Amino acid sequence: MTVLRALLALTLVAALAGCSAGSTAYSSPSADSITIGFSAAPANLDFTRTDGAAIPQALLDNVYQGLVHLDANGAIVPQLATSWTVSPDRRTYDFQLRPGVTFTDGEPFTADTVKFSIDRVRTDWTISLKSAMTVVDHVEAVDPRHARVVLKQPSNGWLFTMASRVGAMFAPNGVRDLATTPVGTGPYQLDRFNRGDSLVLKANPGYWGPKPAYGRVVLKYFQDPTALNNALLSNGIDVISSVQAPDSLAQFASDERFTTIQGTTTAEVVLSFNNAKAPLNDKRVRQALTFGIDRKALLDTAWAGKGLLIGSMVPPSDPWYEDLSTVYPYDPAKAKQLLADAGQQHLTLRLRIPNLPYAVDSAQVIRSQLAAIGVTVSIEELDFPAVWLKQVFTGHDFDMSIVAHVEARDIVTFGNPKYYWGYSNPTVTQLLAEADTGTPEQQIADMKQVARTINADAAADWLFLLPNLIVAKKGITGLPPNQVGEAFDLSALGRA
Amino acid sequence: MVVLRRTGIFLLTLAIASIVVFAFMAVLPGDPAQVALGVNATPELLAQTRHAFGIDRPLPVQYADWIGGLFTGNFGRSYVTGDAIGPQLVDRFEVTLWLVGAATVVAVIVAVPLGTLAAARHRRASGTVVSGLSQLGAAIPAFLAGIVLVEIFAVSLRILPSGGWTPPDADPVAFLKGLVLPALSLGLVQAAVLTRYVRSAVLDVLREDYLRTARAKGLRPAQALIRHGLRNAAVPVVTVLGLQLATLLIGAVVVERVFVIPGLGSMLLDAVGSRDLIVVQDVVMVLVAAVLVVNLLVDVLYTVVDPRLRRAR
Repeated sequence: MTVLRALLALTLVAALAGCSAGSTAYSSPSADSITIGFSAAPANLDFTRTDGAAIPQALLDNVYQGLVHLDANGAIVPQLATSWTVSPDRRTYDFQLRPGVTFTDGEPFTADTVKFSIDRVRTDWTISLKSAMTVVDHVEAVDPRHARVVLKQPSNGWLFTMASRVGAMFAPNGVRDLATTPVGTGPYQLDRFNRGDSLVLKANPGYWGPKPAYGRVVLKYFQDPTALNNALLSNGIDVISSVQAPDSLAQFASDERFTTIQGTTTAEVVLSFNNAKAPLNDKRVRQALTFGIDRKALLDTAWAGKGLLIGSMVPPSDPWYEDLSTVYPYDPAKAKQLLADAGQQHLTLRLRIPNLPYAVDSAQVIRSQLAAIGVTVSIEELDFPAVWLKQVFTGHDFDMSIVAHVEARDIVTFGNPKYYWGYSNPTVTQLLAEADTGTPEQQIADMKQVARTINADAAADWLFLLPNLIVAKKGITGLPPNQVGEAFDLSALGRA
Repeated sequence: MVVLRRTGIFLLTLAIASIVVFAFMAVLPGDPAQVALGVNATPELLAQTRHAFGIDRPLPVQYADWIGGLFTGNFGRSYVTGDAIGPQLVDRFEVTLWLVGAATVVAVIVAVPLGTLAAARHRRASGTVVSGLSQLGAAIPAFLAGIVLVEIFAVSLRILPSGGWTPPDADPVAFLKGLVLPALSLGLVQAAVLTRYVRSAVLDVLREDYLRTARAKGLRPAQALIRHGLRNAAVPVVTVLGLQLATLLIGAVVVERVFVIPGLGSMLLDAVGSRDLIVVQDVVMVLVAAVLVVNLLVDVLYTVVDPRLRRAR
C-alpha cells in the first residue's frame, strides 16, 4: 500500500504548500507607507456628481483644498486663502490668496481659479449640495492674488460650506475626468484607485506646504466591521479610522500594540417625533416621552457608554454649543403625569427604524423604558437607506424613528416645516435666518436660542452624540481626533 | 441534434431568468433616485433624476431597453456613479474567476487522493474516517470556514492577510498570499463534497472486470487502480465538478464579503444596498449565464465522450 501512503503524503504536502505561500509575516510594504481602514468605499472619485461621504472623506484637504478649512475643533481657518475680510453689509468677501500654489497638472492657483471653481458649482455640479452656492451673486478676480465673492444676501452659512467639498478648488484644465483623475493642490495626489477595494495616495512633490511624513497612504475599504477589525489585528492595516462596533474596542484595549483615540463627531443620534401628526403634535406627549427615557442607560446599551449626552441638535464643535442634556432628567412619574394631562394614558406608537445596529439596540431600550410609563411601542425595522428614506423620510409614515444625523450644523432642519419631523415654529425659522445674516456674535446668540427652543418644545429626543473612535498602532501621530467636517485630514500624520 | 436542443433550452432558461430578475427588482421597495441623492434631495431633483435613470417609464419599456442593451453588449450605466457597467463587470468577473479557479484547484488536490483512499480502504477504519470527515465538511458553509481560517491564520498566527485583494500584475506575491485563505475556505468545503463523488466513482471502477484482469496480469491493486482505474473514474468526477460551479459561484458571493475581495459578489451586495438596480440585474444575469454555460458545456461534452448517452436522449 505504499502508493496509497504516497497519495496521503501528497495531500498533506498540498495542504502545507497552501500555507507556506505566506510563511513570512504580513505587514505594510515599507516604513514610508501607512494603511488606514475605512468602512464606506467611494464609487468613483467625482464628488461634484456623486453624492455620499466617502469621496470627500478621502480627497478633501488631502488632494483638493479650499480657500478655508475646518480644523479639528470645528473652527474655520485659512487654507488656500491666507486671510479674508467681510464688508460691513456682510455681502462682500475679499480673499487674499496664498502665493506659489500650483495644481498637480502644473497650472497655477489664482483668483481666476477661484472664480472658475465657484461658478462651476452652479453649472456642472449635480449633487444637491450645490444649492449652497445659490446665495452667491458673482465672483471677481480683482488681481491674481485677490478674489472677491459677492453674495445676494448676507450668509454665515456660506463661508462654512466653503470649508466643505462645495468650496474645493479645481484647475480649469483638470476637470475633464474627475471620476478617475483628480487634480488638486493638496499634500497628496492619486496614485491608484482600486474600485471597491482601496485608494492609494502618494505625496505631491510640488506641494506648497510641509512635506507629509508618509510618502504613501493607502485607504482600504471594508463593508464588514469584523473584517475591518481583523485587518488591524492581523497587521493588514495600521489604523481603523472609525470603529463601527464599540463592543469590539475591548480586544484592542487589551493588546499593547494599539492605542485608542476618542473624539467627537457631528452625528446626533435622534429619536425623532412626527411633530405634524397626532398624538405627537402635542408638546406634553413629546415631553412625557423625553422624561420617560433614561438616556444614560440607553447609551450604555446601544454604544458601550461611549458618546456624549447633548440634549439638543448641537455638537460641542459648534461655537453655540451648550450642554442641555439635563433639562429633562429621567423621571417616569412626571412622564406619566404629563401623559395624563394630555389624556393619553394608553398610547401605542410606531417606532420605525433603519436596520442599523445603533438604532436596533436603542429601540429595544426605548420600548422597555416607555412600557414603564404606559406607552406601548411597536418596533418596525426598515432596510436602510432605501426603504427608510422612502417611507419615513419622504413619506412621513411614522410616529417615531431613530437615525444618526451626521451632517454638520443640521440644526437648520428644524426651521423647515416640510422636513420629516414636521416641526413648525416660526420663531425658530426666523432666528435661524437672523443667525445666518448677522455678525458672528449675533449668530452665536441666535443659535443658542434656537437650540434652547427646540429643546423646550421637545421637538425630538436627542439620545446621544456618536463618538469618533480611532484605533491605531502605537507610534502613529497626528490622526484627526474629531470628525467635524467632511474630510479625513491626512496632512498632520507622523511618527512618534 | 442534442447540441441544438441543449442550446435552445439554455437560451430559454436565460430568457426566463431575465424576466424573473427584472420583476424581482421592480417590486423591491425603495427608490433608486432617493438613495442616490440622499436626504438633501428636492422633489424636482428627484423627478429629474428618475427621468435621467429612465425609471419613470413603463416597466415593459425598461425591460426591453435593458435586454436590448445586453444583446448589443451595452450593460447600461450605474445609477450611483453614472459609469458604464460593462468594463466594471469584466474587472469584477476576472477577480471572481481567480477565486473560483483557485478554489477548484484546492478541491481537486484534496478530494482526488482522499476520495481514492476512502474507496480503496472502504472496508477499513481509515476509509470510514475519511468518508465521515467528508460528510461533516460538506455541511460547513464556506463563510464559516472563512471566519475560522481568518481567526487562525490571520488574527492569531498573523502569517496571512485577513482579507483584501492585490491584482496579480501589481504584486504577484501579495496576490498569492491574499488568495490562500479565501481559496481554502471555498475550496475545502467543495473538496468535502467532491471527495464523496470521487469515492463512489472509484468504488464503481474497482468492481469492474478490467481491473480484475489487470490484477490477474500481475499488477498490485494500487498500480492497477492508478494505471487503469482513475482515468475511467474521472468522467463522472469532472461532470460533478462542472455542476458544482453554481455552488462555487454562490459561495464566492459570500466569501468575497468576508475577505473584502472586489469581485462580482461584492459588486452585487453593494448594488443591492444602494438600490443600483441595473447593476444588480446585470450581475445576476452574468452569474446565471456563467452557470448555464458550464452546464451546457458539461452536457454537450458528456454526450460527445460517451456515445451511449447520445442514443438514450
